[in-house]
Amino acid sequence: MRTLTTILAAGAVAIGLGAGANAATPKDTVVMAAQIDDLISLDPGESFEFSGSEVISNMYQRLIAYDIKDVTRLYGQLAETWYVGGDGKTYTFKIRRGIKFHSGNVLTAHDAAYSLQRAVIMNKSPGFILTQFGLNKDNVKQRIRATDDHTLVVETAGQVAPTFFFYCLTAVVGGVVDSKAAMANERAGDFGNAWLKSEASAGTGPYKLVNWKPKESYSLIRFDDHWSGDKAATQRVVVRHIAEPASQRLLLEKGDVDYARNLTKDQLEALANNKDIKVQQERKGSILYYSLNQKNPTLAKPEVREALKYLIDYDALEKNVLKGTYVVHQSFLPQGFLGAIPDRPYKLDVAKAKDLLAKGGFPNGFSITMDTRNTSPITDIAQTMQATFAQAGVKLEIIPGDGRQTLTKYRARNHDIYIGRWGPDYQDPHTNAETFAMNEDNTDDAKSKTLAWRNAWNIPEMTAKTKSAVRESDTKKRVAIYEEVQREHHKTSPFVIMFQQIETVAHRANVGGFLMGPSFEDNLYHAIKKN
Amino acid sequence: MTVSITFLGLLMVTFFIGRVVPIDPVLAAVGDRAPAEVYERVRIELGLHLPLWQQFYIYVQKVLTGDFGRAVLTSKPVLDDIVRVFPATLELATVATVLGVVIGVPMGVLAAVNQNRWIDHVIRVMALFGHSVPVFWLGLVGLLIFYAWLGIAAGPGRLDVGFDDIVEPVTGVILIDALLAGEWDVFANAVSHVMLPASILGYFSLAYIARMTRSFMLEQLRQEYVTTARVKGLTEGRVIWRHALGNVMVPLVTVIALTYANLLEGSVLTETVFAWPGLGSYLTDALLAADMNAVLGATIVVGTIFIGINLLSDLLYRFFDPRAK
Repeated sequence: MRTLTTILAAGAVAIGLGAGANAATPKDTVVMAAQIDDLISLDPGESFEFSGSEVISNMYQRLIAYDIKDVTRLYGQLAETWYVGGDGKTYTFKIRRGIKFHSGNVLTAHDAAYSLQRAVIMNKSPGFILTQFGLNKDNVKQRIRATDDHTLVVETAGQVAPTFFFYCLTAVVGGVVDSKAAMANERAGDFGNAWLKSEASAGTGPYKLVNWKPKESYSLIRFDDHWSGDKAATQRVVVRHIAEPASQRLLLEKGDVDYARNLTKDQLEALANNKDIKVQQERKGSILYYSLNQKNPTLAKPEVREALKYLIDYDALEKNVLKGTYVVHQSFLPQGFLGAIPDRPYKLDVAKAKDLLAKGGFPNGFSITMDTRNTSPITDIAQTMQATFAQAGVKLEIIPGDGRQTLTKYRARNHDIYIGRWGPDYQDPHTNAETFAMNEDNTDDAKSKTLAWRNAWNIPEMTAKTKSAVRESDTKKRVAIYEEVQREHHKTSPFVIMFQQIETVAHRANVGGFLMGPSFEDNLYHAIKKN
Repeated sequence: MTVSITFLGLLMVTFFIGRVVPIDPVLAAVGDRAPAEVYERVRIELGLHLPLWQQFYIYVQKVLTGDFGRAVLTSKPVLDDIVRVFPATLELATVATVLGVVIGVPMGVLAAVNQNRWIDHVIRVMALFGHSVPVFWLGLVGLLIFYAWLGIAAGPGRLDVGFDDIVEPVTGVILIDALLAGEWDVFANAVSHVMLPASILGYFSLAYIARMTRSFMLEQLRQEYVTTARVKGLTEGRVIWRHALGNVMVPLVTVIALTYANLLEGSVLTETVFAWPGLGSYLTDALLAADMNAVLGATIVVGTIFIGINLLSDLLYRFFDPRAK
């Protein structure tokens, strides 16, 4: 036994050699543990990932923004005032004076014009948020222009609901970039994309970039010349990629990080009695749903579609599997969006589902497959579904796969049932309404491949109605259309919308002030303070 | 010549496997939401509209000029990525192997000398345990005990935040860079971070090295020269540690080299638990994302390591075995 003890002791000594691990993070630095491996670009004209939205929003500002506590309230960020011309297509923005970029350059309307133009011309993943207003690389220099140092004019191709246009400008892609700095760092006509993507920040936000090490960390430092009241309270913010939630929890408990962003339900419960740790929560825009491919004749039966909506134990899932990460929500507009409704028409009702299946011609149920990505909580939900489906005789076969694999199949419309997550692209209801309730061309080679298209759901009437909402300039009427479409959607759609995400963040009790809004671009660091 | 054919074969297999997996590489690059025209443009940019053999030809041509392309996952040149992630793996694997050898070899010798006695049994159980317990679990338990409870090891990551960015990366191996810069605090912090994951990984190579040493030693101890040495009146220590172990070194070097090479491929699970940004998780993420440039680049690195380490162990043969000189 002595040998064993000696060896263990030797190991322990070896581990302890350099010990002296600091138990607390530096005073002027806030450290977060988060999963940030989706980050691929820090350029507002290119980024389209959750992590990217968050970090960019702390470095760049937009012309207009919405109040994260009341999304219906828009306010001027870099624009002081704005108005829509009589034709309903010309928008004029008056830019604030005396604002400095990270480089020290002074912001003008030319920077705003340049930023929107470059996003349209580069046309990276989020480019469509702007190009959907009829802007393209050929017309953008006429349609987006600075008429003087403080006036920006944008012309849209057609008349749209002004709120629709404004909310699109609040997206990350509307972030205003320092045009002089970007041009000085341009490589091969890339509008400074290679530079802004990974090396530097050129915004007006409260933080500027120190460095980003992909899949490892990013580090921000306070921008001392920031103009607004949102000046950063803490000198430095470091976000480290810690993939494993159990590791995040240990780091938080030891005080080696101030925030842990991806704890699971069990870990949050285990921390509930720890006085040194607090939890904050906010509803996010992502929804979890499963959808039924209408190319499958069984799933195309209206009775089957409805029956499957009664075969989910929404409440039990929320309580036992998703607590702290998702809440029940059954409409395509998430809470926090203009036009969202709180209706909950469905709950687990096996008898009713059986009845509907019998009416649809399947008194003994049927067998069906579901493509399921191998991640939590999707797999857990899938297994619970398997059990509740079986109660009505529906045999659900789960086909597990990597996310990109299941997605490839889904986009090719080769699935039976697909279970997945959808996050809105920008803060306007049209983003979700378009994908869940519009399908302009149901043929295989259609140009617009919305989620409704992916499930081969042919809905000319609903498409027309949803489209009319985008043109409705009266906000009240616009809201009414969305409410009506959602209620119709509950009844007839092949989408079973189940949950809305809530982001839960655990933090040390001596740190506070992290602002969280309905979108990841509303997660702001400037007010974070340590005591 | 053989080396280049091996490489070409390796590239070809990886390339074609990457192209037949049911993942759309364009999707991996542009994301789910990109409109049709962006999707189409990127498909052409990636050269995916060309026939497969032509894509391969273009790729090999570029590789020969040192251009491995850009990784989708990080949007940086693959070469830059590898220069960043490989030193992290090298650091971890080297410390782990050193621990494995320093502890594993004596353990194997002890077990062989005390064959079928209790020391042998204990060592065998330890080796078996090391070989059968999931590293993921061991890593978390290790963190819980040595980091969370005892506080003698540092947590996940390569450095504490306070020590970040103090030392300019020269080799990328923080332990070396810190020494070069004379930053003792950073060095000590890096040591406290590397010891736990390295011990966990080292335990696995230790288990294997100890078992192999034991069986090599048993074979040697039965040889006549050992009896001769004992009859000559040499001390038991000299017989075991010098004569018998000396003869074991040759096969043992191969075992150690292979263990080291395995660790240099990176260990995904250990890297995940310890937030260690190494080659293993890079390669795995790239594979899952169908990020073929990154996969192929990393594969070439792994291939080079294997070939390099094989060469090295051949050289070491000569050193340990006078007959091979």
